[in-house]
Amino acid sequence: MSTRYFGQPVKRNEDARLLTGSALFVDDVELSGMLHAAFLRSPHAHAKIISIDVEAAKARPGVIAIYTAEDLGDYWQHGPLLVPPPPVPGIVFNLRTQVPLAKGVTRHVGEPVVLVIAESRYIAEDAVGDIYIDWEALPVAAELEAAARPDAPRVYPDIPGNVAAHAHQKRGDYGRAAKDAHVTIKRRFTYDHGCSQPMETRGVVAQWDNKADKLTIWDTTQAPVAIRNGMAAMLGLSERQVRVIAPFIGGGFGPKIMMFYPEEVLIPWVAIQLNTPVKWIEDRAEHFFATTHERGQIHDAEMAIDKEGKIIGIKDVFLHDTGAYDPYGLTVPINSQCTLLGPYVVPHYDSMFTAVFTNKTLVTPYRGAGRQHGVFVMERLLDIAAREIGITPAEIRRRNFIAPDAFPYNHGIIYQDFTELTYDSGNYEPILDQVLATIGYEKFLAEEQPRLRAEGKCVGIAVVCYVEGTGIGPYEGAKVQVQASGKVSVVTGIGTQGQGHFTSFAQIVADACGVDVTNVEVITGDTDAFYWGAGTFASRGAVVAGNAIGQAAGLVRQKILATAAEHFECAETDLIIENGKVSLNGVPGHSITLGELAGMANPMRGAVAPGTEPGLEATSYFGPPMGATASGAHAMIVEVDPETMMVEIKRYAVAHDCGVVINPLIVEGQVQGGVAQGIGNAFFEDLVYNDEGQLLNASLADYLLPSSMDVPRMEMTHTVTPSPLNPLGIKGVGEAGAIPVGPLFAQALEDALQLPKRGVELLDIPLSPSKLWELARNA
Amino acid sequence: MSSSDFEHEVKLSLTVNGRRYTRTVEPRMLLADFLRHELGLTGTHVGCEHGVCGACTVQFDGEPARSCLTFAVQAQGHAISTVESLAGGPGKLSVLQEAFRECHGLQCGYCTPGILMTMQAYLAQHPDPTEAEVREALSGNLCRCTGYQHIVDAVLLAAKNLRAGAAA
Amino acid sequence: MKPAPFRYAAAQSLEHALALKAEAGEEARFLAGGQSLIPAMNFRLAQPAMLIDLNPLDDLDYITVDNGALRIGARTRYSRVEHCAEVARWQPLLAEVLPNIAHPQIRNRGTLCGNLSNADPASELPAVMLAAGARMHAHSAGGDRWIAAADFFINLFETALQPDEMLVEIELPALPARSGTCFIEVARRPGDYAMAGVAASLTLDANGRCGSASIALCNAGPTPMAAAAAAQLLIGGVLDAEAIAAAAAQAQEEVEPNGNVHCTADYQRHLAGVLTRRALTSAAARARQGTSA
Ligand SMILES: Cc1cc2nc3c(=O)[nH]c(=O)nc-3n(C[C@H](O)[C@H](O)[C@H](O)COP(=O)(O)OP(=O)(O)OC[C@H]3O[C@@H](n4cnc5c(N)ncnc54)[C@H](O)[C@@H]3O)c2cc1C
Ligand code: FES
Ligand code: FES
Repeated sequence: MSTRYFGQPVKRNEDARLLTGSALFVDDVELSGMLHAAFLRSPHAHAKIISIDVEAAKARPGVIAIYTAEDLGDYWQHGPLLVPPPPVPGIVFNLRTQVPLAKGVTRHVGEPVVLVIAESRYIAEDAVGDIYIDWEALPVAAELEAAARPDAPRVYPDIPGNVAAHAHQKRGDYGRAAKDAHVTIKRRFTYDHGCSQPMETRGVVAQWDNKADKLTIWDTTQAPVAIRNGMAAMLGLSERQVRVIAPFIGGGFGPKIMMFYPEEVLIPWVAIQLNTPVKWIEDRAEHFFATTHERGQIHDAEMAIDKEGKIIGIKDVFLHDTGAYDPYGLTVPINSQCTLLGPYVVPHYDSMFTAVFTNKTLVTPYRGAGRQHGVFVMERLLDIAAREIGITPAEIRRRNFIAPDAFPYNHGIIYQDFTELTYDSGNYEPILDQVLATIGYEKFLAEEQPRLRAEGKCVGIAVVCYVEGTGIGPYEGAKVQVQASGKVSVVTGIGTQGQGHFTSFAQIVADACGVDVTNVEVITGDTDAFYWGAGTFASRGAVVAGNAIGQAAGLVRQKILATAAEHFECAETDLIIENGKVSLNGVPGHSITLGELAGMANPMRGAVAPGTEPGLEATSYFGPPMGATASGAHAMIVEVDPETMMVEIKRYAVAHDCGVVINPLIVEGQVQGGVAQGIGNAFFEDLVYNDEGQLLNASLADYLLPSSMDVPRMEMTHTVTPSPLNPLGIKGVGEAGAIPVGPLFAQALEDALQLPKRGVELLDIPLSPSKLWELARNA
Repeated sequence: MSSSDFEHEVKLSLTVNGRRYTRTVEPRMLLADFLRHELGLTGTHVGCEHGVCGACTVQFDGEPARSCLTFAVQAQGHAISTVESLAGGPGKLSVLQEAFRECHGLQCGYCTPGILMTMQAYLAQHPDPTEAEVREALSGNLCRCTGYQHIVDAVLLAAKNLRAGAAA
Repeated sequence: MKPAPFRYAAAQSLEHALALKAEAGEEARFLAGGQSLIPAMNFRLAQPAMLIDLNPLDDLDYITVDNGALRIGARTRYSRVEHCAEVARWQPLLAEVLPNIAHPQIRNRGTLCGNLSNADPASELPAVMLAAGARMHAHSAGGDRWIAAADFFINLFETALQPDEMLVEIELPALPARSGTCFIEVARRPGDYAMAGVAASLTLDANGRCGSASIALCNAGPTPMAAAAAAQLLIGGVLDAEAIAAAAAQAQEEVEPNGNVHCTADYQRHLAGVLTRRALTSAAARARQGTSA
C-alpha cells in the first residue's frame, strides 16, 4: 500500500467550505415555521421556588408556549448517569443528576426554570422578562473547601459534607517507605481549570416529521450516536426514528459531549409537542452558567525523595469541586489521580480524593479533563525537590523517568477506562533532550540569564514533562464505500469539531484505495449515515475511528483487487491501484476506474454466485484494549516586569511524541491550540465567584481568552514511539498541548523573579499580574 | 418633528455583497441577525454578542465592524460585505482564503469569517506587515482552536502572494 | 442576548436630534458608535425606550485645527482621529491613547463623544481629556454651553450633561512649546480596559524647569482622577528622577481604586505610582527634546 498521503502535511478537505462561509453550523439551520426558545434561569445559586407566574408572558403577542417543570408531566426525569465510577475498591459515589427544569429548588445560578417558545428569540427573551418568580434564597455552598466542611450548607439535605464521591487508590506502602526519605516535601496546591469557551456556544434545532414519524435533531454534540440513543429512549421512540446530526461544530473541547443538557432534552420534546421545528441557541451569557465547567481542586500533597532526587513515593489528599450535579461520574478526579504520576517511576503512591457538591455549574471534562491538576502537583513537587537537593528542574526529571525498556509499564492503579493504568510505550529522555536543545537550556542558565540579570532584567526558564492517556475505548466503527462516481466515501459515528477528521481520515483511505485525497468524502456526525459509535473525547477520534477506517479501507482494497482480477482475468498481484484506477502491471492501456469497478460489483441483471455481497464496501470496528499514552515536554523563557508583574513569553518550545502521525500540520495545530488554552488557564482565565455562588465575570470582556498577542510562536519537535495497541501505531494529541502549561508558568516565573530566595512559591493556578504582585510583596 | 419620528418598524434598503435588498425590520434587530436569518448569509458567525470575540466582523462601507454591535437599521443606504463575497465565484478562493488553507489557519472554522473580513481590509492598507503587526491587527478576533500561529503564518503568506500578484 | 424593543429615529440634522431629545427626555438615548450602548442593550442592562441615531449626521464628522487647538465632532470615529496626522502633530497625547482603546473594528465605529458621554472611569479617554485640559461643547434645543473636562465627569457613568443636552464637540487646547506628553497603561490583554493608566502632560519654562503639569489616571476611582497635588509638586522644580518619584508617590495617594475581578485595589494603587513615574519620565524627556511625543 502506498503512503502517498499518510504522514504528509496534506491541506484540509473541509477548508474551502469553512473559508467561504458555506459550512453548516447548527444556528445556520433554517426551517419553515421554526419557533425559538429562551429560558428563564435561576439568578440564585441555591433557592426555593415558592411560586411562578407566567400569565403576563403568555399574553405577550408572539409567545406560543411556556413550560415549567410541572408542565412536563412524565417527561420530567433526572438525567442519566453518563460515566459510571470505575471499580476502585471501597469507592463511595453519590449520584445526583440534573433535571430538565428546576422543580421546587434551584442548585446553581443559570439552572433552567422556565422554557419559553416564541416566534423569535427576541420575543422569547421579552417574555422571559415578563415572568415573575417568588424565590426564597437558601444558604449557599460555594467555595470548595468551605463546602466540604461537615457543617457547610448542604446542596442536598441528605448529604452531609456535600460528599459526591470518595476514592482511595494505593500502590506500595507510602507511610513506611517515606521513613527512609532524604527529604519529604509537603505543600498545598490549588488548581482551577476554568471553562472551555468554544467560539460557538451550544445549540439545538429539532424537527418532528409527522408524516414519516421521525425526529431530526441538529445538535452541537461531540457524541451524536449517544444522543440519538438517549433521546430515543427518553421520548419512547425507536432509535431508527431519531436522526441526530452534528454538523460543523465550532469547537468542542469536552463540554459538548453527550451531556443530555436540559436544553438538549427539552427542545426535541417541545418540537414533538408543538409539531413545529424549534431552535435554541445558547448565548454567551447563558454559556457561562449553562455549559459545564472544569474548575478546581485543592491538593495536600507530599513527596518523599532520596539523596539522588529519586522519588520514593507520593501521598496526595485532594478535594474536587463537582458542582451541583455529577452525571459524568469521576472521570475528572480519576484523571487527576492517575495523570499525576506522569512519565515517572513512583514506587509508592497513596492518593485519596473527595468530590464535593457545590452550588455552582456542573463540572465535567474540558480539554485535559483533570490531567492538568495532577500534572501541576507532580511537576511543582519535583521543582521543589530539585531545589532541596540542588539540581536543576531538568535533571530531577531525567533521574525519575520510566526507562525505555520498562514498557508496557503498569502503575498498579485504576484509570478512567476501568483498566489498570498501563503505559503502552514511551521513551521520555529523548523528548526532554529535544526540548532542552530547542530552548538552549544549559546555555541560558550558564550565560544568558546571568548576563540579563546583570542588566537588571528578570528572565526565567522552565521545563516540564507530562504524559497523556489518549485513545481509550470502547470502540468506533466506519464504513468505506467506493461510489459509482469513482469517489470513495467514509462514514463514521464520531462528531468532529475542527480536528481535521475530513482530511486525516481521507488520507488513510486515499492511500488504501489509490485515490486522490480530495476524492475521499468523509461523513461524520450523522446517525443516519452510521449507526454505531461512542464519540469524540479523550483524544480518541484519530486513534480509534482512524484505525477502524484503516481496517475498513483495507478490506475495500481487497474487494477492489478481487473485482479487478476477475475483470482482467489475472492474479491480484499483477494489479496496481493508483490515481483512481486499477491497471495491469506492465500492460499499458489496460486499466479500469474504481467507479466502473463499483458498477460491476453491483450487477443489475442476471445471477450472481452464492454468497456474493454487492458493492465495493466494507464496515469495520476497532476497540483498543486500553488507552495509548502520548507524552511530551514543554520549555519556556519569560521576562517579567518586576514592577507591574506583566509577563512576556520570549520563547516557547514543545517536544512531543504522539506515536505515528497521520498529518503533521494538523498535529501541530492541535498542539498549538492546546498550548494557547494552557496559557489562558495558567495566566488569564479565572472564574471569579463570590460567597453567594455568583460568577462575577461572566462575559468575554472579563473572562480573558488569550489573544493573538498573548500566545507566542511555538518551536516544535517530534519523536515517534509507535503505539503497539493499534495497527496504525498512533496516539491521540488533542489535549497534549494544554496539559503542562500551568506548572511551566509557575516554574518560569519563580525563576524570573527569584521568588524562592524570597520565600515565595507559586502553588496556585491561575496566576495573574495582580496575584504575583500580592505574593511578592508579602515576601 | 415629533415623537412620531420614532418608529417601531423601519423600511430598510441597503447593499450587501453588491446586491440591493429592501426589508422592513424592527429597529432592535442586530445586523448580525439580519444578515444571517433575514438574508440567509450565515457565513457571518455570532460568538458573544458583546463585541469581544470578533466572529461577527463584517465590512461596513469597506471597514471592519462588529455586526453584533450595529443595528440593521443603521445600515440604511450603506454597503455591507460578508465572507460570502470574498471568493469571487463558486469553486474559487481568494488569495487570503487560499493562504489560510495552505497554512492550516483554521480548525473548527467558526472564528474564520470574522478574521478574513478583518485581515482582508487590513492587508489592503498594509501590504507588507511584520509578524508583530499582524498579531496586533488580529488581536480583536479571538480563536479558541489554533493558538493563532498558523493564522499569522497565513496572513503573512497572503501578504506575500498579494504583493507578488500586484507586482506581476 | 437580544436587545429589548425600542423606537428608533434617525437624526436628520443636529437641530432634529436636539428637538427629539428635548421632547423625549430621559426615555431616549443618543446612539453614537453604539460600542458601549449596544452591548449593554444586548445584555438588557440598558433598555432605552427610544434611540436617536446620530450616525446620519455627516456634518458632525470633523477634526479641525486652529493654531494647534483641536476640535472634534460628535460623529467623528476613533479610527479617523487615530490616523489623522494633524492630531499626532498637535495633540500627541490623544494620538498615543487611541490604539489602547478596544480593537480596530470597535474604533471604526466608536466615537470620542460617545465614549466621554458614557463617563466610564475605566476608560482611558476621560483621563486624557483631564490631562489635556479639554472642554466639552454641549448643545440643547435651547442653546449651548462649554463645560471644562474637570467639571464634566461627575460620577460613575454620570456627566454634567442635562437630559436634553448632547455633547456636540470637544476642544483640546493647543499644547504650548516645550511640552511633552505621555499616556501609558497596564491592561490584561491588548484592547482591554486598563487595570491602571496614566496621562501626563508637562510644559517646561524658559529655564527648563517645570512650568505646568497635569496628571490624570483611569480606573482609579469613580471618575477619571486628576492627581492635582502630585502635579503641583512638580511645578517650578527641575524634572529629575527624584522630583518625579515624589510626584509618583503623591499620585499614588490621590487615587481611590476599587479593585475588580482582575486585580486588587492595592495593586492598582501600586500601578498608579509606577505608571505615573514612567509617564512623567518620558513626558519630561519629550518636553526636553521638544518633540512632545
Ligand atoms: C470589546 C470592546 C472593548 C472595548 N475596550 C475599550 C477600552 O479599552 N477603552 C475604552 O475606553 N473603551 C472601550 N470600549 C468602549 C468603546 O470605546 C466605546 O466605543 C465608547 O465607550 C462609546 O462610544 P460610542 O460612540 O460607541 O458610544 P455609544 O455606545 O453609542 O454611546 C455611549 C453612551 O453615550 C451616549 N451618547 C453617545 N453619544 C452622545 C452624545 N454625543 N451626547 C450625549 N450622549 C451621547 C449614549 O446614549 C450612550 O449612553 C470597548 C468596547 C468594546 C465592545
Ligand atoms: S459576536 Fe460580535 S464580537 Fe462576538
Ligand atoms: S478555528 Fe475554531 S475558533 Fe478559530
